[in-house]
Amino acid sequence: MENLQYVIDALSLGSLYALFALGVAVVFSIMRLINFAHGELLMVGGFSLLFLSGLPVALRIGLSAVIVVVAALVMERIAFRPVRGARDETLLVTSFAVSYLLQSLAIVIVGSSPRSVGILPQLSKQVHLGTLSVPLLDLVSIAVTAVCLVGLTLFLTRTSLGIQMRAAAENFRMARCLGVPANRVIALAFGISGLLAFVGSLLLTSRTGLVSTGMGTGPVFAAFVATILGGMGSMVGAVLGGYILGSLTVAFQAFLPLEVRSYRDAMVFGVLVLVLVFRPDGIIQPASQKQRV
Amino acid sequence: MLEVRDLHVSYGSIAAVKGLSLTVSPGEVVALVGANGAGKSSTLAAIAGVVAPASGSVELDGVALGGRTPEWIARQGISLVPEGRDVFASLTVAENLHLGTIARADRDSAAEATDRLLARFPVLDRYRDTPAGKLSGGEQQQLAIARALLSAPGILLLDEPSLGLAPKMVDLVFEVVAELREEGVGVLLVEQNALRAVAVADRSYVLRRGELVLAGTREELSQDGQLADLYLS
Repeated sequence: MENLQYVIDALSLGSLYALFALGVAVVFSIMRLINFAHGELLMVGGFSLLFLSGLPVALRIGLSAVIVVVAALVMERIAFRPVRGARDETLLVTSFAVSYLLQSLAIVIVGSSPRSVGILPQLSKQVHLGTLSVPLLDLVSIAVTAVCLVGLTLFLTRTSLGIQMRAAAENFRMARCLGVPANRVIALAFGISGLLAFVGSLLLTSRTGLVSTGMGTGPVFAAFVATILGGMGSMVGAVLGGYILGSLTVAFQAFLPLEVRSYRDAMVFGVLVLVLVFRPDGIIQPASQKQRV
Repeated sequence: MLEVRDLHVSYGSIAAVKGLSLTVSPGEVVALVGANGAGKSSTLAAIAGVVAPASGSVELDGVALGGRTPEWIARQGISLVPEGRDVFASLTVAENLHLGTIARADRDSAAEATDRLLARFPVLDRYRDTPAGKLSGGEQQQLAIARALLSAPGILLLDEPSLGLAPKMVDLVFEVVAELREEGVGVLLVEQNALRAVAVADRSYVLRRGELVLAGTREELSQDGQLADLYLS
């Protein structure tokens, strides 16, 4: 039963990482942009949930989701569209600049201290599975992530827009030559990324009960690591990378001797480095021809 | 009619195309031949909007294409089959064909047009649910051509369609080119297989290091001993 607890913990943490990583991977697969400002979308989600706390829960969640998606679209339109087609370094520096700008702006507006926020307090209940007691939030995290992944998969495989997005992710130039509109596909990628950021933010905030201007920094770092591990440019790889990262973290936390447990993260990243030594392009190498926009 | 006037294409300080002018009318096959680095593919890339010309103009039926995006140009009726085919390897044959219909003006007839093309290229019908990356080179070329034709283009740009194909498949590609002429599609055919291309084309342009060195009809060029000399030099 104890092992089942670890599996649930790994799946729950892995789900969060998978959501973060997928949000980064959706944009990277098309634009070849590692969007470090993805973390600030999580922040926008967290503060939206905080400031809309007077509203009924469903409306609060729905409105917050809309705000984050709009923020992602505005980010694309104002910050990234003008540098589309620029060198990788320019895109990377732009994403760092946007990230710092938004964080600094948030500090000016709301201050740097973390604020407590309560969302769906019933999620903190424990669910009894035989002799096992599992936080309901863990199960909800796993289920919500599964719904997101299935929904995104259906969208990408069953709709014309989804097929256009996959084509653009594989070979953007050829997709454009067939009439796939660049602006629409990239905006769609940012919109999906924003929605995933919001879901990640909702689960993260429910877990910690806190929002802060720096709340997206850790998740975006985890997302970055997971996408590299899974294979840059592969959305499936990003999800896989997220679950592997979550599983390793939980496994080391559970099984390392107490005296070395504080080195958990160093060991997690050590294993990831080892994986990359043998598979430098990550676990899944996409079929894409890597032509940047 | 596609009309290219005094086209210059450069990559940094390297001039790939130097002052090329050409026309392609509906139902006409025009070949653009020359050795590696002659500027053939750069010409097609400039027409398709993939690279921006340094100067010169490209017009389709009097509408300027210069400075437009590839997707806009595709929607005007210019379709590109690039060298190397560029099928979407992880997408199925059916999904690749669906993408061909995106630029189609008349989307309602897309399903009917797809059925017609599947009858023309039966191998694609057999593999419609197979990822395109698993097809052979010849099958991928058929897919790339079918996908391009699904946009119902007025002008088809074919870049090295016979490259790396078995002789039987090369015959099929050139048969399709001849059929397109009958259907009123203008074809701009880039080929290193110069003699084969000139044989199928109504008119041909020979490029060397970005410059036009010879142009003429099939008959004119076949009587001109310069073609082989130029091409092989």
